[in-house]
Amino acid sequence: MLQDHLISAAHLSRDDIEAVLDHAAAVDADPEFVRDRHDGRVLALCFFEPSTRTKMSFESAMKRLGGETIDMGSVESSSVKKGESLADTVRVIEGYADAMVLRHPSEGSAKLASEFVDVPLVNAGDGAGQHPSQTLLDLYTIRENAGLDDITVGIMGDLKYGRTVHSLAHALTNFDVRQHFISPESLRLPRNVRYDLHEAGAQVREHTDLDAVLPDLDVLYVTRIQRERFPEEREYREVAGEYRIDNATLAGAADDLTVMHPLPRVDEIAPEVDETTRAKYFEQAHNGVPVRMALLDRLLGGEQ
Amino acid sequence: MTDKELRVSKIRDGTVIDHVTAGQALNVLAILGIDGSGGESVSIGMNVPSDKVGYKDVVKVEGRELSQSEVDVLSLIAPEATINIIRDFDVVEKNRVEQTDTVRGILVCPNHNCITNADEPVRTEFEVLGDGVRCAYCDTIIREGDVAEHIDARGSGETAL
Repeated sequence: MLQDHLISAAHLSRDDIEAVLDHAAAVDADPEFVRDRHDGRVLALCFFEPSTRTKMSFESAMKRLGGETIDMGSVESSSVKKGESLADTVRVIEGYADAMVLRHPSEGSAKLASEFVDVPLVNAGDGAGQHPSQTLLDLYTIRENAGLDDITVGIMGDLKYGRTVHSLAHALTNFDVRQHFISPESLRLPRNVRYDLHEAGAQVREHTDLDAVLPDLDVLYVTRIQRERFPEEREYREVAGEYRIDNATLAGAADDLTVMHPLPRVDEIAPEVDETTRAKYFEQAHNGVPVRMALLDRLLGGEQ
Repeated sequence: MTDKELRVSKIRDGTVIDHVTAGQALNVLAILGIDGSGGESVSIGMNVPSDKVGYKDVVKVEGRELSQSEVDVLSLIAPEATINIIRDFDVVEKNRVEQTDTVRGILVCPNHNCITNADEPVRTEFEVLGDGVRCAYCDTIIREGDVAEHIDARGSGETAL
């Protein structure tokens, strides 16, 4: 069963994941059966750094469940600017809401916040740490397109700082998935994620070149290589160009390859790929609403 | 253990931490929060020849008996250490350090972006792995050989509690 909070994908069992995805599929097929289930309940959106997709999809999910959302606004206009601690902020907001979604720039912030509140708390991204609700919608998309067992998944881009990558890698260890990680040497998976994958007995390979593994992939999960991670623009340009895909790059891939991206993208996927049946990243983003409806429904006690 | 090996005098009452990994004596004191301000009389032997381990450090704390739980955290940097409780010059109890599952408030997370390094009312917490420790908040792993570098100089490992 899901715990009271969702802090890390490492805490999710296969049963937890399948329960949420099955519920999301039911919601997707017939949103009416959960409409108004959480009438009068309030979800607090605590975003300490900018977000468009995650924030709006949680907002949409809660409203489609019949509930309301409250928003602490920008950090600049909040008491955080006055020096209030995160612990104090969430303790105060807990009194205003039935559940809480937190995005914060520091790793471990969601765990800390969860220690100070009793209402369910969802980690919506803690620095370069974890982003488990994104992972649930990623898994939903993978299951819809390729299934979740006996598949080969390639994860490419900024693997060091990419929280969506860390969460996804953990979660995939619950399934029969061969994982290939493709990145520049400087942006390899962090030590702790590699440790967990090893401990889980996951089938993992690391590469610097996509071509080495592309023909074997059922899913290619692309992430943005962040410009701000590089000391010089030239170094960024050299690396980023190596990890950009277009139709020519994908010529050697399986016809039914599923191409995913947590978005926003900059130029790591050429727009021409959007027109192909391989492109699933917008579908992936749309899946955020039914998946987060299912997640909130379970955390708020509507579905066990 | 002979006087010649120890090269420091016997203590009447207190604790002798023997077979400490050579070079770790000062870190042992840091872990135990002993900086002299508590008034304890402390003797340290560093790189003392040892038949058993080649070279070792020895720490003697006069007038203070360390509890087993207090010394268990020493296993992070001195896994072979033995703890001798001394009363009236005799060893009345002899224990080995034991591996703990979790270490709280002793280490500082090396990840500057970890929430435990912000001004929050939180005590650091590390899960003990087979060959190091792992921050319970941000998951950063510190390898065994690097642990001593991250001992909290203030001996508290906490902020604003």
